[in-house]
Amino acid sequence: MDTNGHNGSNGASAQRNGSSEKYEVQEHDVLVIGAGGAGLRAAVEASEAGLSVGVVSKSLLGKAHTVMAEGGMAAAVGNVDPEDSWKTHFMDTMKSGKFINNWRMAELHAKESPDRVYELEQWGALFQRTPEGKISQRPFGAHTYRRLCHVGDRTGLELIRTMQEKTLATDAKVYMETTVTRLFKKDGKVVGALAYTRESGKFIYIKAKAVVMATGGWGRIFEVTSNSWEGTGDGVVLSYDAGADLVDMEMMQFHPTGMVWPPGVAGLLVTEGVRGEGGILKNSKGERYMARYDEQRMELSSRDVVARANYTEVQEGRGSPHGGVYLDITHLGYDGIMKKLPTMHEQFLKLADIDISKEPMEVFPTVHYTMGGVKVEPENCASTVPGLFAAGEVAGGLHGANRLGGNSLSDLLVFGRRAGIGAIEYVNEGSHSLEVEGSEIEREIERVLKPIETGETGESPYLIQQELQKAMMDHANIMRTEEDLKEGLGKILALKDRLENIRVQGSRLFNPGWHAAQDVRYLVQISEIILRTALERRECRGAQWRLDHPDMDEELGHVNFIVSKDGQGEVGIESREIAPMPEHLSGLFKEEAKV
Amino acid sequence: MTADGSAARLKVYRGDGENGEFVEYETPMVTGMVVLDAILNIQAEQESDLAVRWNCKAAHCGSCSAEINGVPKLLCKTRIEEYEGREINVQPLKAWPIIKDLVSDVSWNYEVSRSTIPFHSEQQAPFTMYEEDVERLYEPKKCIECFMCQDVCHVLRTHEKHDVFAGPRFFVRNQWLQMHPMDDRDRLRYLKEDRGGIQYCNITKCCTEVCPVGIKITDNSIIPLKERVADEYYDPAKWLMRKIRGRKNGASNGSVNGS
Ligand SMILES: Cc1cc2nc3c(=O)[nH]c(=O)nc-3n(C[C@H](O)[C@H](O)[C@H](O)COP(=O)(O)OP(=O)(O)OC[C@H]3O[C@@H](n4cnc5c(N)ncnc54)[C@H](O)[C@@H]3O)c2cc1C
Ligand code: SF4
Ligand code: SF4
Ligand code: FES
Repeated sequence: MDTNGHNGSNGASAQRNGSSEKYEVQEHDVLVIGAGGAGLRAAVEASEAGLSVGVVSKSLLGKAHTVMAEGGMAAAVGNVDPEDSWKTHFMDTMKSGKFINNWRMAELHAKESPDRVYELEQWGALFQRTPEGKISQRPFGAHTYRRLCHVGDRTGLELIRTMQEKTLATDAKVYMETTVTRLFKKDGKVVGALAYTRESGKFIYIKAKAVVMATGGWGRIFEVTSNSWEGTGDGVVLSYDAGADLVDMEMMQFHPTGMVWPPGVAGLLVTEGVRGEGGILKNSKGERYMARYDEQRMELSSRDVVARANYTEVQEGRGSPHGGVYLDITHLGYDGIMKKLPTMHEQFLKLADIDISKEPMEVFPTVHYTMGGVKVEPENCASTVPGLFAAGEVAGGLHGANRLGGNSLSDLLVFGRRAGIGAIEYVNEGSHSLEVEGSEIEREIERVLKPIETGETGESPYLIQQELQKAMMDHANIMRTEEDLKEGLGKILALKDRLENIRVQGSRLFNPGWHAAQDVRYLVQISEIILRTALERRECRGAQWRLDHPDMDEELGHVNFIVSKDGQGEVGIESREIAPMPEHLSGLFKEEAKV
Repeated sequence: MTADGSAARLKVYRGDGENGEFVEYETPMVTGMVVLDAILNIQAEQESDLAVRWNCKAAHCGSCSAEINGVPKLLCKTRIEEYEGREINVQPLKAWPIIKDLVSDVSWNYEVSRSTIPFHSEQQAPFTMYEEDVERLYEPKKCIECFMCQDVCHVLRTHEKHDVFAGPRFFVRNQWLQMHPMDDRDRLRYLKEDRGGIQYCNITKCCTEVCPVGIKITDNSIIPLKERVADEYYDPAKWLMRKIRGRKNGASNGSVNGS
């Protein structure tokens, strides 16, 4: 299914002779893989610059993960707290990321988020207002000031709908329900991608002078997650396979509050907006226990701290009947809740028979976000592979060891735009020869078809995925030890060997089993990388909680773990010193210390 | 998990646009289970190629719309228990060609979306807008594009006016665009003479009844737009003004809010 730009595609349909499998060929200046906030922002940038743009997405347009974001978008516009500035936003981001963030990305992000918010408004997005008629801002965990521009608890919907409508108003061609399976290179540069459409199971080879990777995160490696089926981390593995460096892969965010009951919704997000609006955490003894973990910031401490607190309360026997803790927002009253948190009200009423204006919610940490990802240049989001750019959750660096709530939506637009600009410059800079060997493409098609067209029976991709999710829950969860991680790695490597045997039934027509067979490859590869990097970081820092190394290690505070595929095709890990912060940034922290 | 030993039983449409039939499945019942859970269990354990769309599993994305016993529903928001003692027949949305099983081809909606006149403002953000100016835009903005209203609207479903009628989802969108205090484009011609076709709507309210996010599509979107179209097209003074100035409502931004 695609929605055609008015004259966006200059691609021609083609069939290859001499091959049993036919595929269509398309060509664009820029191919954007992913139609979340980041991908769409990049696409708009490149399309408005007059380039031919193709956008590929596994789902229908407007359904990407970004649609689920609830709480808001962080930007120091200072509408309700005029003291706020990019400097404070920058410092909050660095502190929360425990200083392994890429400081230049954090600086650009803090400085440019306000412009991206206003740009959204210019394009028709509607945020809630202050009495002065400005965009209203709500408090969120570990943000010094009230900073999250929001509209109720459906900010992501507002963002993606605005970007989607903006994209449809350009000439970009959108390939909906189309999945990329591999990037292709020529002379060391990325020059195209192979994809198949879900509807027909047919292949498309898309030539592109530049590729922007914007495929989002990989929460689906865990059983209990707030992420949708799409969160399988395709882009990080596609980039890794193409030779790109990855950074901070050990850093997975556990959101402190996911639903625990009923079983079908376990892991579903309870937005931080609830705590932002004054929600209180209590254990089964009725204690407001956050006082013991972060007396100052209480429920609005950073996510890593609150997640550990919730986890600890349950571990130590003070949990609720379904193994969670209580989150209470009843004091806001029905009217207040319907204005500020209507989606949450509906979610609990419909799915759990709980009226949150009368009763507390039961919550427990859920896997939520991936701080790590493709390593990029802050200015233009270029990866280490020429022609390949990355933005949004699939890219790493901005958030360091822990992401602040609301910093993702702004990240998407700040760096989505920069990736678009990076791609435009790259396209305009040089000549691009895009031809690759047809046999290379055919080999990839064969690989993708293997699970379905052999007529044999074999392992179910769903069962492998379930085993993997369980292994990650058991061994790479919020609390980690060397022993556990090693055991987990053993299990994942065993699963890796079984990938070859996956077989699925049915035809190529919209076949979810076949799609799952593609996804598990990514899940297994990412899990292996996470386990290996988590073993390397022998300390507690942000989201990485190592019981066997219970302290923060000063030395490791200057280090990122960089992953790349080594000569043997194995996971190579290198620890790399972080360049020191320049004076104009480090000075901010010194000044603060003086006060 | 809390399977209490009982089973969820449902019939699911299996097939494509040409051939298909309802097939009965059984899967263990779990407390609080929604129809999507049952479908995904069947997919994981019995029929790996059973096609269904879903993303958020939280009623936020509008992907999982299908018809249960002929009524459009979000599969992720519909509990099995609601059908105590009744059959559960699940089939794809009917107003579009079926691709496979529970998935139909909704791409037509995206074409209509492309044809909609987008938001535009000569003024530069940040805008000054007060809560009371925009409050009523929150409702149409809640749309999750499940296209269930499109599915039940007889103008599409029965009369197949896909070429000349945009459908309730897009009236909802045109409404907020048209009433946004900062927008300066005119969409009344689009609604009346172009793709919109709002005159085909005879206010049956079927769309409002199925909207999962509670948008009062007929009362709050369609009727106000119809009134404006009528004002604009059948009021000679306005007609003249439109000819001369070609502006939204033939007036300045200030009056956009009043209808
Ligand atoms: C429930 C929830 C609530 C959240 N709330 C907030 C919040 O309040 N504030 C905040 O800042 N952040 C929030 N986040 C985080 C934020 O929403 C995400 O990090 C962000 O939306 C990711 O956007 P993205 O553009 O990087 O990718 P996504 O929106 O995840 O989009 C990824 C896109 O890539 C496509 N894709 C993936 N693989 C392939 C492939 N192989 N081929 C083709 N296409 C592919 C997908 O189809 C999709 O279109 C929340 C997250 C969740 C899950
Ligand atoms: S009210 Fe109008 S748009 Fe809605 S279903 Fe009836 S005819 Fe269709
Ligand atoms: S208006 Fe309501 S029913 Fe129609 S598409 Fe939007 S959410 Fe669905
Ligand atoms: S899966 Fe998103 S609405 Fe049902």
